[in-house]
Amino acid sequence: MKLEMKDAPGQLVAALQPISEVGGNIIAVIHQRDEKAEDDRLGVQIVLEIPDDRLNELIARIKDKGVNVVRIGKRRLLYTQTVIMIGHIMHTDLGDTVDRIDRTGFAEVTDMNMVMPAINEPSSALIVIRAVDRNEMEQTMEILRTVAKEKDLLIIEPLEEIA
Amino acid sequence: MKIAILGMGAVGRGLLEMADKKDLGLVVTGIADSKSALMDKDGIHIDEVLEAKRVHGFCGDKSLSAVDIVSHADYEVLVEVTPTNATTGEPALTFIRSALERGKHVVTSNKGPIARKYSLLQSLAEKNGVSIRFEATVCGAIPVMHTLTQGLAGNRVLAVFGVLNGTSNYILTRMEAEGLTYEQALMEAREMGYAEADPTYDVKGIDAAIKLVILSNTIWGLDTVLEDVEITGIDCLTTDALRLADDQNCTIRLIAQSIPSRGVLRVSPRILPKTHPLVVEGTLNAVTIETDMAGEITMIGKGAGSVETASAIIGDLMFIRDHYAGRH
Repeated sequence: MKLEMKDAPGQLVAALQPISEVGGNIIAVIHQRDEKAEDDRLGVQIVLEIPDDRLNELIARIKDKGVNVVRIGKRRLLYTQTVIMIGHIMHTDLGDTVDRIDRTGFAEVTDMNMVMPAINEPSSALIVIRAVDRNEMEQTMEILRTVAKEKDLLIIEPLEEIA
Repeated sequence: MKIAILGMGAVGRGLLEMADKKDLGLVVTGIADSKSALMDKDGIHIDEVLEAKRVHGFCGDKSLSAVDIVSHADYEVLVEVTPTNATTGEPALTFIRSALERGKHVVTSNKGPIARKYSLLQSLAEKNGVSIRFEATVCGAIPVMHTLTQGLAGNRVLAVFGVLNGTSNYILTRMEAEGLTYEQALMEAREMGYAEADPTYDVKGIDAAIKLVILSNTIWGLDTVLEDVEITGIDCLTTDALRLADDQNCTIRLIAQSIPSRGVLRVSPRILPKTHPLVVEGTLNAVTIETDMAGEITMIGKGAGSVETASAIIGDLMFIRDHYAGRH
């Protein structure tokens, strides 16, 4: 997230305060003194983690402090789910299986650990999927279930939190 | 209180032994097995019948049958513990209906009739001023029905989920602990007497699904049937899958889950952290009830066994005795 603020004492702290208020986590603050904009305003880049549904609230709170939000960078995938797949994973086009998730744009396969016993015996794979948030993860799982049905793979999902 | 018992398998015998051994005030006036029956309005000598069954393989008079007991014996509660028929619920369904129509209470461990015709049986019982109770159909000795209907009365139940089949839980536990293959663990379960010769019902998740139907219909007054449940069994699981889960400090359990608000009614193997309360060992059962006031309640206990099942049946009998005291 790139912010623009007055080059005055207390401004940076004022801009950062709302992040913790909405439950965000600051990973890095990059203070670009040489990149002064017009009117003596100062550019600051902040790398942060925040639940997706709190982002709009954060932007509003930061603006209330008289700080401009210039740009919001790529959303990171914060929601992680691990599933196990059993079947002929390789021979049913693993590339395609992964691609069906990756090309959603809101979820990615970020890790995979596959065990392949003898030929003709089913393989087992642990797959880590990251998605923007819970809803998008549910959509991803729906895609995965469809793929599994097509390819006769067994998907073992985690027991989600209820309520 | 006078009771008649249909069925002298492990459950029926366990119940008779406990009725004989413990001072529960139960007088058995009728008994039937698949080949014979006997009745005595003054009370049957239980030890003699158990001995006869052990020696001859049948309990009484071969010219009498379960139908005679249901229609003619002098009892207040019919205890129906014949084997489950998941497709039609028969012949138990007919026995239960006849008893209710005679104005007799019914206690059963038989999943078939309850999973198929719960609402019909319930309304028949109400019409005749009696009750039908079936604690023993789900989670063996765990008093899940009592907890739901009495202990958690007034709560709105949001979800129910659990390990409802001891055989598949035993197999998964052994695959996890010893690295056995599915086939090896199943063979071991058979040797231990935990799995039947035809383990289809257990390992394909059907038994768990029937119990889930019973829970859902009882809790939410639904009319779901076995065919509504999305079922995946454990028979395709690999040892590798359990090892991969283990690397993440997780394991795999066969979980039955019903969340009506989200349209979830399914039985499937799931990944759970090893510290999760539903991760129980061996043949144990575990069930979590999520409610609006009480939050989450999890109960763990023995899901099968003759005396354990007798415990659930006796709990129902004692409830009927206390609840209907003085009405007869």
